[in-house]
Amino acid sequence: MIQIRDTPLPRAGKAVGIQTVGMTMHFGSFTALDNVSIDIPAGTFHALLGENGAGKSTLVKCIMGFYHQTSGSLSVDGHEVSVQSPKDAATYGLGMVYQQFTLVPSLTGAENLVINRAHVPAIINWAKERKDLATFMERMPFKIPLDRSVSELAAGEKQKLEIVKQLYLGRSFLILDEPTSVLTPAEADEMLGLVRGMTERGELTVLMISHKFHEVTKFADAVTVLRRGKMAGSGLVKDLSTKDMASMMIGDVKLAELDTRLPVPADAKPILVISDIKAPDRTGLKMIDIGNLTVHAGEIVGIAGISGNGQKELAEVLAGQRPPEAGSITVKGLLYGATRQETRINNVRFIPEEPLNNACAPKMTVTENLAFRTFDVKKQGGDALWLDMKSMRKRAASLISDFKVKTASHSSPIASLSGGNVQRAVLARELTGDVDLLIVSNPCFGLDFSAVAEIRARIMRARNSGTAVLLLSEDLDELLEMSDRIMVMSDGKLVYETPALSADIGVIGAHMAGHH
Amino acid sequence: MDEAGIGIWGVPLAIFAGAIRVSTPFIFVSLGESITERSGRINLGLEGTLVFGAMTAYAIAVMSNSPWLGVFAAMATGAVFGLIHGFICKFPKVNDIAIGIAMMQFGLGLAFFLGKPFIQPVAPHLPSIPLGGWSDLPQIQSALNINVLFIIGGLLSVMLWWAFKNTRVGLVLRVVGDSSDAARAMGLNPDSVRLLATAVGGSLAAVGGAYLSLFYPGSWNEGISSGQGLMAVALVIFARWNPIGCFLAALLFGGAGALGPALQSVGVTQGYYLFYAAPYVLTLVILVATSSPTRSLAGAPGALSITK
Repeated sequence: MIQIRDTPLPRAGKAVGIQTVGMTMHFGSFTALDNVSIDIPAGTFHALLGENGAGKSTLVKCIMGFYHQTSGSLSVDGHEVSVQSPKDAATYGLGMVYQQFTLVPSLTGAENLVINRAHVPAIINWAKERKDLATFMERMPFKIPLDRSVSELAAGEKQKLEIVKQLYLGRSFLILDEPTSVLTPAEADEMLGLVRGMTERGELTVLMISHKFHEVTKFADAVTVLRRGKMAGSGLVKDLSTKDMASMMIGDVKLAELDTRLPVPADAKPILVISDIKAPDRTGLKMIDIGNLTVHAGEIVGIAGISGNGQKELAEVLAGQRPPEAGSITVKGLLYGATRQETRINNVRFIPEEPLNNACAPKMTVTENLAFRTFDVKKQGGDALWLDMKSMRKRAASLISDFKVKTASHSSPIASLSGGNVQRAVLARELTGDVDLLIVSNPCFGLDFSAVAEIRARIMRARNSGTAVLLLSEDLDELLEMSDRIMVMSDGKLVYETPALSADIGVIGAHMAGHH
Repeated sequence: MDEAGIGIWGVPLAIFAGAIRVSTPFIFVSLGESITERSGRINLGLEGTLVFGAMTAYAIAVMSNSPWLGVFAAMATGAVFGLIHGFICKFPKVNDIAIGIAMMQFGLGLAFFLGKPFIQPVAPHLPSIPLGGWSDLPQIQSALNINVLFIIGGLLSVMLWWAFKNTRVGLVLRVVGDSSDAARAMGLNPDSVRLLATAVGGSLAAVGGAYLSLFYPGSWNEGISSGQGLMAVALVIFARWNPIGCFLAALLFGGAGALGPALQSVGVTQGYYLFYAAPYVLTLVILVATSSPTRSLAGAPGALSITK
């Protein structure tokens, strides 16, 4: 099919502006997007705020041509265009950085960049490509090893590579879907600062989906807020306060508040004691080496660190997914090897990162997933031989309503739930019953605001009732808000410890970056 | 006695010659399968394709008196088998492994049915290149009489290894094999790429079959294949989807396979049947030795149904 273009080709490095007029999208009887009109002039930085399910991703998917809007239109630089596919969007210079990575894991960074070009030569001259890439990368502030396969990169590096990829492809309008969720504060500021600089020089127009108000106020020119598919408000960032934006976003819903932090009793018993654990990291080249880590009852110990410094491996060791080569883990004084029996006796619960893959069987139902801790024990104790479907369903129904898990039905596969709801479901399973030790890894990654507030409140409540919590997180704000003590992990080791109350972000950041 | 001329050296020489002779079909089938698997699909039907290719090559060679025409005809039928497999697997909820097993049985049955009249006639053989002219020893001369397909297979493996890294087609294949989502985001249609990759894989597997019927053993009958098509699929995994690895693995497998006959030829009469199992034992030992409980299989295409 010959594509007849109705606008001139975008020039690389020259920003384009876009406009949506009356965008509406129905899925059956459900209205995901209701008459949304936004105007993003060329060379501006626009933020899109909204809760999960508010229609943000529907809107950007319509812009990018993944969905075809029921009604409404899209203009690029004042010309109405019809975008039938992401390929069409690319010809108009529209690009998007997704929250899920679209890089091909087994290819190297360089291969990923080159293969995404519109015109790839039949035979690739790598000597020339490497030289061109090196020249290109000189203009980028990120240092990414382009010769390593993407599967070896840490999440933060992948996210940077995604952005670099779009710039490499010469996009002049970029949609960023929560671009900083895996970056450290300094990295995020640096990256957004660069992007902001490009918009100011008129090289790029940006539409950023975000939940972080401080990013929006610091970097965006204008903001549009969506709520339940409708436009809840918009305006210039300088005219709006954080409070205005928050109230547009959540309407009159009250956010869950953290319980008051009860003081840790002086005689609190140590629950988790890790001593001299050594284990190979995911590359097999380096080791993680945890000298001593103790978590007491009723205390939250936060582990800070840039992704890829061994936090994931530590979590895997504690979950029994990675056998340590040396050292010991004790829980309540008993040696702990993460078997099902040991976790049950000691009431150890685990909320890993990416819970859909690490803590759920994605294709099994919500009910079944909620029963993973209990399906093989009888109510009176002892091993169950037959599944008690009736009580499983009853229990699932009560957990779903207690933890406000939004699901079409109790028998939907858990993979059909949104990220926040999977997280809630796992939380429901893990926090029900007696919990003496809770190991949590990035619990709020990619979740919206009210889900975040609620999940943090649940963890705080567990802490106040005497649970020992080990919180591994890449979000420093989260650690500062939640933890009693913060430890910094860098290069596989715990390098710094501070009480959260007197913590100094600068010092923590310096240790995260490896200056210690 | 001939054997006395080189004595115990007959064993490594026989292994060398056997490695080349036995490995050639493995090379082609595993190279074909590595292309298919790199695209994210497993074609277990290659055993059927191989036997059907052997039959086609033999029949066409008998009729046209040209072995090369036979090879090309086999490639065409192999591609058709691959296309059928790829086409069926395009539909949702179709499992490529189950279809592969069905296609294997279909290929075997059809080859035996159509091949009945060609068991008697004699077909011309594929040529080989005598590289042993420098030696006076007939054993060395015969061991260095290397068939053309082996050389083509060796060149092909290097070419594929290079192409996976340095050509657009190679990168596209790896993208599709590793992540269907990324491929779609790039505007590629994973099903079409896999369809073509399966067709190419099938046509290469059929060349392996043509070698069996037109060179070694060089006749067509129903027992022509001893599971080369299936073992080659395992070889691909063993070789970690690397074409040069496939070539070396096939050689190793062929050499181990020649151990039994070689020992027999120097007069070992006791228990040499045990050495016929050598290739399989070797494969198991190496697979166990190179696997790890903590690392996932390096190089495995992410979209393969066995790694998903």
